[in-house]
Amino acid sequence: MKRFIGFIKKEFYHIFRDKRSLFILFGMPIAQIMLFGFAITNEINNVDIAILDKSKDVTTQEIINKISSSKYFSNKQLIENEAEIASVFKKGKVKAVLIFENDFSKKLIKENKATIQIITDATDPNTANTISNFTNSILHNYQQEINKDIKIAYQIIPQTQMAYNAELKSVFMFVPGVMTIILMLVSAMMTSISITKEKELGTMEILLVSPLKPFQVIIGKVVPYIFLSVINAIVIIVLSIFIFKMPVQGSLIMLGAESILFIINALSLGILISTFSETQQTAMLVSFMGLLLPVMLLSGFIFPISSLPNILQIISTIIPATWYIIILKGIMLKGVGLAILWKETLILLGMTVFFMALSIKKYKIRLE
Amino acid sequence: MKQTNVIKVENLTKMFGDFTAVNAVSFEVKKGEIFGFLGANGAGKTTAMKMLIGISTPTSGDAQVAGFDVYKNPDDIKKNIGYMSQKFALYDDLTVKENITFFGGIYGLSRHQIKEKRCQLVEELGLQEVVNELVSSLPLGWKQKLAFSVALLHDPKIIFLDEPTGGVDPITRRQFWEMIYKTAHNGTTVFVTTHYMDEAEYCDRVSIMVDGKIEALDSPKKLKEHFNVASMNDVFLKLARG
Repeated sequence: MKRFIGFIKKEFYHIFRDKRSLFILFGMPIAQIMLFGFAITNEINNVDIAILDKSKDVTTQEIINKISSSKYFSNKQLIENEAEIASVFKKGKVKAVLIFENDFSKKLIKENKATIQIITDATDPNTANTISNFTNSILHNYQQEINKDIKIAYQIIPQTQMAYNAELKSVFMFVPGVMTIILMLVSAMMTSISITKEKELGTMEILLVSPLKPFQVIIGKVVPYIFLSVINAIVIIVLSIFIFKMPVQGSLIMLGAESILFIINALSLGILISTFSETQQTAMLVSFMGLLLPVMLLSGFIFPISSLPNILQIISTIIPATWYIIILKGIMLKGVGLAILWKETLILLGMTVFFMALSIKKYKIRLE
Repeated sequence: MKQTNVIKVENLTKMFGDFTAVNAVSFEVKKGEIFGFLGANGAGKTTAMKMLIGISTPTSGDAQVAGFDVYKNPDDIKKNIGYMSQKFALYDDLTVKENITFFGGIYGLSRHQIKEKRCQLVEELGLQEVVNELVSSLPLGWKQKLAFSVALLHDPKIIFLDEPTGGVDPITRRQFWEMIYKTAHNGTTVFVTTHYMDEAEYCDRVSIMVDGKIEALDSPKKLKEHFNVASMNDVFLKLARG
């Protein structure tokens, strides 16, 4: 045990004396969360919308006024017919189109219900989703106002339609994504670099010739990174709760347990990479191309998986981060537990066991 | 007589697929001896050495190091040997003191033993001024000597040196060999690989490996007589050219 503590201590010396790794460890999570966080909160304000008002009556005018006065929308643009919808979207500035059906007021009075269609540009799924939520809540408020003094309630029925990304299954939420990237970066990339560094310097050989067992060497190398990953995860969650008012609906214990599972998964990948990388540059490049890029592009972090081409959708299922992001979103945003997420957890567990076994095997082969 | 052999190797072989890196080598090394393990690059000397220090399993043959079998007790071997590789192998971003504490620690020395050893080592090498400096700030010669001393921290029975003097200047090389002599004089067996033929002259006995086989094994003096040449360099050239 004493040997082990000495080993860990030495590992922390390495980390804290290297400005580059310090920056990656502590600068990156904060920078990323701020960057993504603020980029997204800015987007929700001042969105351009277009309105196709087929009835042009008192009610539609009132709703239009409500929407225009909201701080989320600016620059409303009136269009005359359906044909124009595609062209305003294609120009790119307009993110949503509202369509009031014919005889809106009359229908509302006669049939007690009228329909409003909301078409959003879902190429940016997060914005699209937020817009439709805001519009719905504005309509809902208006409906409550007009229903105050009457017996049979008027119903304004919003029909939301996501254009260009009809499924919108994965809501782009940055916190789970950033968290995944950071854990991947710290656990997989940093570990693979730090193990490869010992190989490059020749100290790995010295350690293997020492009475330390190979697995003790590896555990000694990864434990500090597990510790730092957990700290990073906590920093990210705290920042997103306090700065971005992100609700964490589900159990924090489950969040922690799933995160540790993912960290172990990433560490196994890091060890695996270090078994075949001879230099730190190789380890860095392989981690970047093989782990970080797929996580960024294919895990549903930036692009919804449902909008990826088929072949990439298949690839995305073999990326552990994909499942971790689903789990994180489930816990953080929907507040669901293991009853719902057991399948994803099982997949992540299976992958972890697989990569761990593979990396131990590879590591042994290398020793031969 | 038998007890004085600290390394006993018989028909030791290592194959990588079809390639035989070490081909049935046999030799013995006596206690307190400086044993030179010579060979051109790729002759198989590093592979042979890796089997002796327990980080590579032989394909066939027998070997005993410090009284332990390389197949059955590699962990016991590791406790009883020191190793210094051709790459300089201390941590650059740790201070002299931290390096000593770390390596003492992984060999299971107590805090008290480490402190004692450290004071002794620092005084012998004249490192008092730099004990709290990062190793990266030391000149290469000092690093090399420090690495050697660190490899001896746990008083191993045998120390394996893999081309320890690569890239250092002649004066440091000379000082380094003085340290080796002193170590051997204290009863530690020194097993050293090198391709500097002048260093081979300093060894008690040398073996010369060519293409995975030991082609010659004797004292430098006898080898020169046998091949009827003036220096070890000529012995080596004669053997290597076949």
